[in-house]
Amino acid sequence: MRRPRRDIVWIPTFALLVAFAVPWPLWGVDRVVAGLPVWIWWHVAWLGLCAVLFSRFARSGAWERGMGLRPEANGEDRGAGGDARGPAAGGDRP
Amino acid sequence: MTLGLSLGIVVGYLFLALAVGLVAYRVSETTAEDYYLASRSIGTVVLLFTTFATLLSAFTFFGGPNLAFAAGPEWLIVMGTLDGVLFAVLWYVIGYKQWLIGNRNGYVTLGEMLGDRFGSTGLRALVAGVSLLWLFPYVMLQQMGAGEALVGLTDGVVPYWGGAALITAFMILYVVLAGMRGVAWTDTIQGLFMLSVVWLAAVWVVSAVGGVGAATGAMLDARPDFGSFGGGTYSVGFIVSTAITIAFGVTMFPQINQRFFVAKSGETLKRSFALWPVLVLLLFVPAFMLGAWAAGMPVDVPEGANVLPVVLNEYTPAWFAALVIAGAMAAMMSSSDSMLLSGSSYFTRDLYRPVVNADASERREAWVARIGVAAFALLAFAASLFRPGTLIEVGSTAFSGFALLALPVICALYWDRTTRTGMIAGVLVPQLAYLAVVLSAVVGFVPTLPRAVAGGWDVALGLMALSALLTVGVSLLTAPTAEGDASRFAVAGD
Repeated sequence: MRRPRRDIVWIPTFALLVAFAVPWPLWGVDRVVAGLPVWIWWHVAWLGLCAVLFSRFARSGAWERGMGLRPEANGEDRGAGGDARGPAAGGDRP
Repeated sequence: MTLGLSLGIVVGYLFLALAVGLVAYRVSETTAEDYYLASRSIGTVVLLFTTFATLLSAFTFFGGPNLAFAAGPEWLIVMGTLDGVLFAVLWYVIGYKQWLIGNRNGYVTLGEMLGDRFGSTGLRALVAGVSLLWLFPYVMLQQMGAGEALVGLTDGVVPYWGGAALITAFMILYVVLAGMRGVAWTDTIQGLFMLSVVWLAAVWVVSAVGGVGAATGAMLDARPDFGSFGGGTYSVGFIVSTAITIAFGVTMFPQINQRFFVAKSGETLKRSFALWPVLVLLLFVPAFMLGAWAAGMPVDVPEGANVLPVVLNEYTPAWFAALVIAGAMAAMMSSSDSMLLSGSSYFTRDLYRPVVNADASERREAWVARIGVAAFALLAFAASLFRPGTLIEVGSTAFSGFALLALPVICALYWDRTTRTGMIAGVLVPQLAYLAVVLSAVVGFVPTLPRAVAGGWDVALGLMALSALLTVGVSLLTAPTAEGDASRFAVAGD
């Protein structure tokens, strides 16, 4: 399976999510907003954003394609039993 | 009277957890895969909470608020970044691939996975040995935390050693009986319990002091530097190296790493991954802010005591403070039972059977595992009585030790050209160097090597880079051995 170009976008996305999980632009800022320092609100919003993007990433199938797996063969059907080791993992690699 | 009530709540809670373990024991089969991995049958909620409760320990529950109290609420950002974001990403990078190949090849431990891929019993034993080495201080940390918790709760009536002994007894009992399924079930209860009591505590304390704004205002009056982000302890070097070493370290923690093998399905892993940052946020914000707000409260925190119990004793009734301590004990127990369980699987499967006695019967192996658990926990208990550092110090030492394993493992997972010699060099050399740094602080006649350089940059960060360089460099210089088989780590095709 060809790896769609948009899959690559996840790499810089994750890099940004990790890098700005620390509110660097607010270094030294001491404004209090709604009872808490403003950089704490950044943190709260950022982790919320992470949860949303992680969920979109997980659903996009980009990771499976990246590892040569077929994403749709990798859903709920991969039960606890032996079938998980079976042909579900069959990707498009020759 | 109050003392009896508080102790009753804590001990009663521990017995409740034990009862759940016994139920799990009754439904368990006697295979190693069931005992250590609950037959890879863990669903989303249980996986999420078992990882959560396992990860959060005395380090989070007491160390975190203590640090926020002493140095400012930035600890929330450090822990949030490393646990909520970086660990979640690594969960996918390392954990998902590990789950795929673990499922295909039936691996139970990290050492087993690497040993099989590179056809090397030596590498398998090395990984297990390194893991057990760093597991020791971390088990000790839980015992120290429990000891301190009960001293705080009972105003010193229960001595430090008493609390440490109580949790040691329970965790040995628990692991010997329950296995992974019991551990995962109680983790779920403990995780939910922790979350609920922390939020109740925060709401209770905040309303007692007049609201969030008033709490922050009082904090800023007492410590104006707490309002602005960064500064003091929180240098750029400290934030970056703490976040990186702990997040990478966590993925190599036996009890966390083994959770990468237990998911029922890929969907389970994906859902857990997406929900993770929210869960982290829900626990850390109230817990660490309580610590930071305490700086502005009229409470007297004795030297070496934990701030959270002091605040609760001041603002909430005794029974509630006891409940929170029970929650914290839950955090410690849910971490240490998983640690001991994973430790025993590393010990029996990667050290005892391949190195000592290959023909051991299942029955004999089971006994070795249980005796190993008891001996390990008792030794850690003895060491915890010496209190070799603060909770944060002991925790960071262990995390950095594990973090040095992460990059060679990522290499092995994603780069087919990795060789056995490359892996051994990449694991062994940085470990020896780090061990020298750690021991130099303890052994009197060796000059102390610095743990951090140039304004808070952890030496472990440099050693992590060294581990990657050595793994890649030595792999390029050496040929793959005949026993190695890169296809063991392929996830596509059969």
